[in-house]
Formats: sequence, C-alpha cells, structure tokens
Amino acid sequence: MIGYNFAYLDEQTKRMIRRALLKAVAIPGHQVPFGSREMPLPYGWGTGGIQITAAILGQTDTLKVIDQGADDTTNAVSIRRFFAKTAGVATTTRTPEATVIQTRHRIPETKLREDQIIVYQVPQPEPLSKLEPRRAETKRMHALAEYGPMHVKLYEDITRFGQISISYDYPVMVNHRYLMAPSPIPAFDNPKMHMMPALQLFGAGREKRIYAVPPYTSVQSLDFEDHPFRAVRAPHTCALCNARDSYLDEVVVDDTGRRMFVCSDTDHCETRREAGHEGTGEPVAQAAE
Amino acid sequence: MSIDLPGFADPVADAQSAFRAVLDALARPGQIRAAGTGLTPPAPLNPAAAAMLLTLADADTTVYLGPAFADAADWVRFHCGTQVTDSPADATFILADALPNLTALPNGTDEEPQSGATILLQIPALTGGPARIIHGPGLATPTTLSPQGLPPDFAAQWATNHAQFPRGIDLILCAGDHLLALPRSLSIREP
Amino acid sequence: MAYVAVKGGERAIDNAHAWLAEDRRGNPDIPEITLEQIQAQQARAVDRVMAEGALYDPGLAALAIKQAQGDLIEAAFLLRAYRTTLPRFGYAEPVDTGAMQIRRRISAVFKDLPGGQILGPTYDYTHRLLDFALAAGGTPPAAALAEAPGEPVMPVYTILRQEGMIEPDSNSDPDPADITREPLTFPATRDVRLQTLARGDEGFLLAMGYSTQRGWGGTHPFVGEIRVGEVTVEITPPELGFPIDIGDVTLTECQMINQFTGSKTKPPQFTRGYGLVFGHAERKAMGMALVDRALRSEEFNEDATAPAQNPEFVLYHADNIEGTGFVEHLKLPHYVDFQSELESLRRMRAAAEKEAAE
Repeated sequence: MIGYNFAYLDEQTKRMIRRALLKAVAIPGHQVPFGSREMPLPYGWGTGGIQITAAILGQTDTLKVIDQGADDTTNAVSIRRFFAKTAGVATTTRTPEATVIQTRHRIPETKLREDQIIVYQVPQPEPLSKLEPRRAETKRMHALAEYGPMHVKLYEDITRFGQISISYDYPVMVNHRYLMAPSPIPAFDNPKMHMMPALQLFGAGREKRIYAVPPYTSVQSLDFEDHPFRAVRAPHTCALCNARDSYLDEVVVDDTGRRMFVCSDTDHCETRREAGHEGTGEPVAQAAE
Repeated sequence: MSIDLPGFADPVADAQSAFRAVLDALARPGQIRAAGTGLTPPAPLNPAAAAMLLTLADADTTVYLGPAFADAADWVRFHCGTQVTDSPADATFILADALPNLTALPNGTDEEPQSGATILLQIPALTGGPARIIHGPGLATPTTLSPQGLPPDFAAQWATNHAQFPRGIDLILCAGDHLLALPRSLSIREP
Repeated sequence: MAYVAVKGGERAIDNAHAWLAEDRRGNPDIPEITLEQIQAQQARAVDRVMAEGALYDPGLAALAIKQAQGDLIEAAFLLRAYRTTLPRFGYAEPVDTGAMQIRRRISAVFKDLPGGQILGPTYDYTHRLLDFALAAGGTPPAAALAEAPGEPVMPVYTILRQEGMIEPDSNSDPDPADITREPLTFPATRDVRLQTLARGDEGFLLAMGYSTQRGWGGTHPFVGEIRVGEVTVEITPPELGFPIDIGDVTLTECQMINQFTGSKTKPPQFTRGYGLVFGHAERKAMGMALVDRALRSEEFNEDATAPAQNPEFVLYHADNIEGTGFVEHLKLPHYVDFQSELESLRRMRAAAEKEAAE
C-alpha cells in the first residue's frame, strides 16, 4: 500500500512490540504493557492481535484470519484484507497451510504444529477484572500470585448454580505461575492450549497488554477436585459433516425454533466434507438433549 | 570508522526475519537459529549479535557494550540510534563476550518483571562445549545443549537467576550468524 | 431444508461501503459541502475533532468530519489513526500561553484587571433563540474593531502569585511522559493525567467536572481566567541548538482557582486546576480544569471518594476512541460465546429440574 510501511506499522513501533513479545515469551502468562497504537480499525475489533501480527509477519508467511472459527465472518474478512493490502502476504483459509493464524474467540479444531504461531485478539487481558476493577491492585495480585479470590469466586458459583458458571474466557493457570485470560474462547477450547506445539501470542490493543504462552507449556483451567473442569459442547453432531467432537454453532432455521448444529470451525467442516463425511443436513426439533 | 560498515541491506525484511529467529529461539530454548547472515559488523561484533541490536535497539532503549566492544560503539549508535550507556545497571540490552555478574543487572520487579535486562552474549560456538540440561516452558522434554564460552559455574549462577522468577535476566547466546536463547523461565543443570 | 454456511462476507462489506458513500453524499441535486466551508463555518466541530483526535490540522479535521458525516467521534478516530502513521520530527518547546495573541479573555475573580475583560466571539450572552434569519443566509454586519493590546496580557495567576496567594507552578518536567508512546500506568503523574484529559472526550470531562460541583469531590472552583487565542509553536532542531517558530495554534486555557490548602510549615494558599485544549473549546477546558484539580486530591491529603477523584476511573474512561471501540465491538459476532452460555445454562436448568423432580 503506497505511503505506508510493510504491514502498516512503522519500524519503531514494530521494535517496541517485538521487545514486548520477547519478554512475554520469557515470562509465560504475564501481561506486558506496550505502547499500543491507534490502528485504522476500532479498539475492541482486534487491534491488539493486528499489531502483533503486523510485528511478526514476513513476506514468506501465509496468514489465516478467523472470527468465531470462521474465515468468512465480516471482521475476519476485514482483517485479512487489511494484511493482504498492507503486507501483500499470502492468505489461506486452510489451517494446515497457515504459518500465522489470527483468531477471535476460537482455536482451530485441527491440531496446530510447531511451525505455526497463533495470535489471539483479546478484549480484556486481566483475568481478575471481574473481581477487581483497579489495575494497580490486580497488578499487585499477580506479583504476589494472590489468586485465592478467583478460587473463591468459582466456588461461590458451585454453591449457587451447582457448577462453575463461566463458559468462555475461562481462567487458566500458565506454567503454574500466572493466572491468565485465554481470551473469550469457549471453555471447550481451553485444553487445546495445554502443551500446544505452536507458539501462542495474545494482544489487547485497547488495554495495551501483550502476553504469551510458549510451546509445550502447562496451561491448566482452574477447577476443584470435586468439580473438575469440563470442556462442554452442544451434545449434537454437525449437520453438515457429521463431526461428533467439534465445537458447534447453533443456527435457528425456522419460526418453530428448529435448530441446526454445524461446526463453528468452517475449515474443519469443509475439509471433512471433502473427505467424504456427510451430515444429515436436517435440523433438530429441540435444542436440548 | 566503524560506521562506514553497513547495517541491514533490507532493514524491514532483515529485521523481521532476525526477529522471528530470536522469537522462535526464545520460544524453543536450545534450538539454534540463523540470524544476521551476510552482515559485516565491526569486529569483534558478530553478525548474530549485530542483527539483534539492529532488530531490537533504538532510541527507546539503552545498550551497554562490554569493554571488548568499544570499537563497535559508533556503529551501534549510528545504525540503531540507541543510547549507549556506561552502566550495565541501566541497560535494556547488555552486549558482552563473557557472562556478566547476573546479580548486578536489572532484573525487573515482581510487578514489572519485563524490565529485566536481556544479555547478548557472544561466545565462540553454540555447540562443542560442556553439556547442560535445560527444562521449562518451550520444551516438551528436557534437552541437552553444549555452548562454549560459558563459565564453569554457569548452572549455579543461572539457578540464582531462575529462582527469582518472574524477575530475572534473559540470555541470548550468539556465535557467528547463529543464536540460541535461554529465557529466565528455564531451569538448567549439569548432567 | 438445507443450511449453507454463510459466505460472501467480502461482497457484503463492499456493498455496505458503496451504500455508505452514497448515503454520505446525500441528494446529489444539493451542492456538495466543501472542506473550506466546514473549516470556516463549522469551526467548533473542527476544533473538537482536532482536540480529541490529538492532531492540530484544521484541513484534515474538516476532511474527517466530511468523511464521518458529521459524527465527531468517528472523525476524531480518523484523525487519531492518521496521526499514528506520521513520523516524529521532534518535540515542541513548551508553548507560552502568557504570550498568547488574545481573542477572548475573561476572569471571574476580579472585576477589572490589567488587560481587561475581553468577551471576544462568545455565545455566553446570546439568547438561545433560533435565528430564522440565519436560515436564509447572508453576510453579517462587520463587528467593531478595537486596538490589539501592544504587549502580552498578564495571566491572572501571575497577579495572585505576586502576593503568594496561590500555589506556584510545579517545576516544569524537562522530559514529560508521552501517552502516545507509553501505556498508562498507575500511579499516573500529573503530566500523564493532563495529556490524557487534553484529548479526552468533551462530554465525559463535562460530566465529571459537573459531578465535582454537585458534591462528588468538590473543589470550590473559581474561574481565575479563561483565555482563547493563538500561540506560537517552536521546536529546537538539534543541529541548530536554538528554537525556531514552526507556526501558530489556537488554544483555550483555563486556570481554575480552588480551595486553599496549607500546613504548619506552609501558609495557606489557593490551589489550581488546569485545562488546555486545542481550538476554541471553553466547556472542555473548564471540565478538564475541574477534573485535574479533583485528581490532585491525594497530593493535598483530601479524602478521595468520588469518581472524579479516582485516577484509574477517570483516565481509563476519558478516551472516546477507546470507549466507542469497545462499546461498539459488542456488535461483532459473539455467537461462539453465546453458544457456550446457552449450553451452560441448559445444563444448569436440567440439573435444577431434575433436583426439583426428586
């Protein structure tokens, strides 16, 4: 794009982000403040992820961008176009072909490899924010690894609802040291973060924080012995590809409330269908079991 | 004059590939990555360490150059636009050819551990030295590495550094145009 | 019936943008508005966009307003995103508002004072009656001219300072923070606070300032002085070593005089709240000065219990670019999260029903 540097950001800004990324990798799960810039997309729409992607992307990379697991949602399209325009990099919808995957709210179903980097867009990097809005205070709590209040909150959930009520952005403990917000991925995706072969980078533009989980690093969802963590998905099969283990979107197909359940990961679904898997194509009468 | 020697031939692309090399090296401790291939920095600066400075140092950082690197100071100032400091205690990056006293360097605070320094340590070779076993984030299983030029009591010095986690120093070992990285999260022992 | 995963996001975006362009232009039979017209006739909007967009360029601000169809927060965002890409040639010297070419200058604390009260182009004493003659257009009769003051108009603060009645200027920080390069951290020093407020949302500062007047962190304010006019901006290029004039900017400055403080060792004196804003923007400069003073409560050992006295609350929520982004991001798809909530709720309800049945 004429008038702008490769991948939009100027080199000084990239250096600032790169320095923050290196420290983030060295201190897994710790939120590193960075001089987040205004981007030509609004805060809250992926500016943190975009800045990280811009700082790591090179001419030989192949970029995949997903939102809600899909490559074709409008914001994913918008961000993919931004990099196609400003960096001229190759883009793909195929998870295995990508070297860099920027995501909002999902981790692909296809297992990521060592030669891939996944960049998460993070709206709220502070896992303690719902308990304590003061950042000066949460910073202190992280310094002291004072995470008791979070366990108390989860236990209160169990007393009130019979189970932990958090179903997305479910807090995790990284490398047995830092409590971390996994971004608003469904709790179903949390186990994929544990010992993942790919490098995981997290960018929160508005909140101006970067953090990371190196490959093969312990990521444990908080739980209790008598209430172990459970990765929950809708108890259905994908109506398109018949997958029984993927995370499903629920689509309302008519006025009588009939639902169809389909894979949220569109690439996973397409790949399965190409391989001959076929769903019923039929809606179900009721959403519940 | 050392500033006559060039920096990156393609500042945008070369900085990006050098960064990915060190990002990958930190994320996968012990793995050796190429960086600065083709660079001709002033002696005794090696291409990998030079590439790290060109990639990461600028006006927002301070760099301490060990005594051996006095002749490279002008080159570093000119190409990085960075502040060269006389005091390692104030430095973001420390370039050295012998492991400095880790306890005399900035190691951050419990709230701001990211302000711990990064050492760029030039060594003769990344292999062929005494074996050391590393384990921690980035490694599925413990791994052995054998860089040359580390002090004999390196594992003990490192243990002190690692024990302060999340505070601490991160170490990038540079030899020729290759590097490997040892983040503070790592535990290191002798076999 | 068959369900097909939604495709065509790219085409939908292109179509939306084409419609937006049409909508922006409106009825093509009506002449298109020019940037000169916006700059000259919607100057307060241009000023607000420059202040919140943190870029002093009336021409670009006019373009942003046109592009945003008069949505001033959207226009400020356009300017902000543009300013990020500009190279930084250097830092300006502190501007000297004491040497301002005054267009308007009023003080609420002295009936008369050196330099006088200069009303200037103000809405203050207009009766808020819709001017139907304005609808028809026309050139207004020329306003009376006065002799420009020959020398700088002495700030009211300087007058009070002569008697030691007001706290002195804090020592000027030779190397102030730069909130456009460094993230906000707490405790935030006053330079950081003032920078954040200066580009904060006018409505937010108005509401926060207003709340202090209603007892939520009261500061007993008096308008020491409001002045509006042009000041010279200078930079010192390292190769020259002396400052050079690079142009003028219009600024509004508000010096608020607030409740006094003192101690056993220091005689009591008035304290100050400060507001400085791009363009002619009195409401914002005053709101800023009230909030600045409220945020100094810790410095003066005052009880800090009100929202306007809470630096984290004020500084993290003053920026309308951040605020609008995050509020509006709720428009983006969240169906993956919503699905997880649905499943979680279904499980809880099933468990509760089972328990009730037993």
